[in-house]
Amino acid sequence: MTEVTGSWASGLQGEAGHVALADWQELQRRSRRENIGRAWYKFSRNPLSVAGLVIVLTIVLLAVLAPYVTPYPHHAGPFTDFANAKLPPNPRYLFGTDTIGRDILTRVIFGFQDALLMGIVVLALVVPPGVLLGLVAGYNQGTWIDTVIMRITDIFLAVPPLILALAIASVLKPNLMNSMMAVSLMWWPWYTRLVYGLTSQLRNEYFVKSAETLGASKAHILFREILPNCVSPIFTKMSLDMGWVILIGSALSFVGLGVQPPKPGLGTMVADGARYLPDQWWIPVFPALGIVVIVLGFNLLGDGLRDLLAAEEV
Amino acid sequence: MAWSPSEMTLGDQATLFKELAMRLVTFILRRALHSIFVLLGLSVVIFGISRILPGDPARMAVGARAPQWVVDNLRAQMHLDEPLFVQYGYWLADAVQGKFGISLVTRREVAEDIKEFFPATLELALFAGILMGGFGILLGTISAQHKDRWIDNVVRVLSYLGVVTPAFVFAIIFMLVFGYWLKWLPTIGRLSEGLTRPPVITGLMTVDALLAGDLVVFWDALKHLILPAVALAMGGLAQEARITRATMSDNLTKDYIAAERALGIPERVIMGKYLLKPSLIPTVSILGLDFAGTLSSAFLVELIFNWPGISRYGINAMLRKDLNAIAAVILVLGVVFIVVNIIVDIVVAYLDPRIRLSAERSE
Repeated sequence: MTEVTGSWASGLQGEAGHVALADWQELQRRSRRENIGRAWYKFSRNPLSVAGLVIVLTIVLLAVLAPYVTPYPHHAGPFTDFANAKLPPNPRYLFGTDTIGRDILTRVIFGFQDALLMGIVVLALVVPPGVLLGLVAGYNQGTWIDTVIMRITDIFLAVPPLILALAIASVLKPNLMNSMMAVSLMWWPWYTRLVYGLTSQLRNEYFVKSAETLGASKAHILFREILPNCVSPIFTKMSLDMGWVILIGSALSFVGLGVQPPKPGLGTMVADGARYLPDQWWIPVFPALGIVVIVLGFNLLGDGLRDLLAAEEV
Repeated sequence: MAWSPSEMTLGDQATLFKELAMRLVTFILRRALHSIFVLLGLSVVIFGISRILPGDPARMAVGARAPQWVVDNLRAQMHLDEPLFVQYGYWLADAVQGKFGISLVTRREVAEDIKEFFPATLELALFAGILMGGFGILLGTISAQHKDRWIDNVVRVLSYLGVVTPAFVFAIIFMLVFGYWLKWLPTIGRLSEGLTRPPVITGLMTVDALLAGDLVVFWDALKHLILPAVALAMGGLAQEARITRATMSDNLTKDYIAAERALGIPERVIMGKYLLKPSLIPTVSILGLDFAGTLSSAFLVELIFNWPGISRYGINAMLRKDLNAIAAVILVLGVVFIVVNIIVDIVVAYLDPRIRLSAERSE
């Protein structure tokens, strides 16, 4: 007998074909661990993806720990210190201070909180219905169900999301919650369209056909056969979209329809600060760079995931 | 029928040409039909938005102090007492004729306002579109030709940054650097004080100035145009460069390019003719989307540069809940967006014969 090497094979030694259940589970666990290890290795070979991951993790950590890591946590609220107002960046205030003396570094870090919250809430609201509609429409391709769902997405995709989101947010009360609702209403069609394309291909695959032949229920086919094969592109798109949703959110708060003062919203800070150009340039520029860094981080991460998961469809 | 031109008689060629032309026409017609449907759907959404607002639109139009009978009259006039779908019918009939009612902010016909402000935005978007297409394709081509050399790497890093940076951040940084620090370009409005605007013919200030033969005004208007237009164009420009580079470097490895090289066709001709045309197809599709996207980024950029366009008008309307104006602005932008998409589809169909043909075959 040739010597079997490799950890996966060790479970096969002894009585071949009569692997005990416990061994089998151990084997599965081990192969899963190895897959993760291999994926991480592949991911870590690309410095840009790693940079994206580092940026995202840093921002998340900063946002979560904002009250502990910022130099002046109380500056996140309605605090005033006119003696130290409009100071340019200096060792005490690395990003300078705003017109009423609040530390901009502190406010940018606190601004990450609502930005991330916006991204998470919108994606949580948007992905389930978007994916579900895409699955249903794609599986029933060519029927009236497909027509109705996809024509409706066409309508929402006919106008850039920012314009309709602005309009919806403007008729509601201006606050973070409503701006999330407005963006969510605009965002689901992208997932529907993505999953629709995937599903309409997958429904002709043999494993779907065989499940149909075996009499599997529609729910089983959609959620257990098709959906698992759509997960990679959906994940990749979510990572990329985190950046874009945050961007739209900051655009809404830029015009005053998102995060409300005195809470620090990145877009609000840019908009307010733009009035103090060029003399107090640091007031808008650092929050603006904050937005760029978030979008950059999620995009690098998303591109890395796309390569890793081979999700070219996104 | 013989499909190779050399085997065809003249009559065959004429029928083939007629057939292709017919296909293009049916393609365009189907596309237009679909767009009309989308537009109708959009109008339902817009009508919905304008009715989300709690409260009585008639009361809001006349103000809190107006007597009740005025409100009642207005309610009847605005058909507010009828069921929603009847209201929608009236609203749509008016909207199709360009009647959007009175703006609460400017106290003028909304259509008048749109007519005044839209050309300014169009001028901005067109200029940005030209920059996006021109420089994006140029940079992408350079990048693809020097693949994996330093110039390619520089273009790639810059275009990545360009894609992830929102237009309003570019606007603020350009304003600061080129407007205030270097003082190369003006930062506010469309024309310097003291200059008279040329007679309105197209509404595009630069074109009007040229038509009037006023070079001083033209130069000044152009200088005002550059910063906001470049800020708007940056994202799309970077996107175009990335797409062009990707398709071109992909196509460069194709057999037909090797064959052309082997035949001794000059590199210049290969690049400019045989490689560029098929490589532009994805770029053109994205360019259309990006051009339309400038109309949405314009909402913030116009605000920053105080550009008197439809987006700034729209934002003001939104902040004051001026429903007639909001509905009109979105509908106008929606129409522009859809028209641009049709044009893009036609251009792509022209560039890519496969799309023309398959659109037909699928029937």
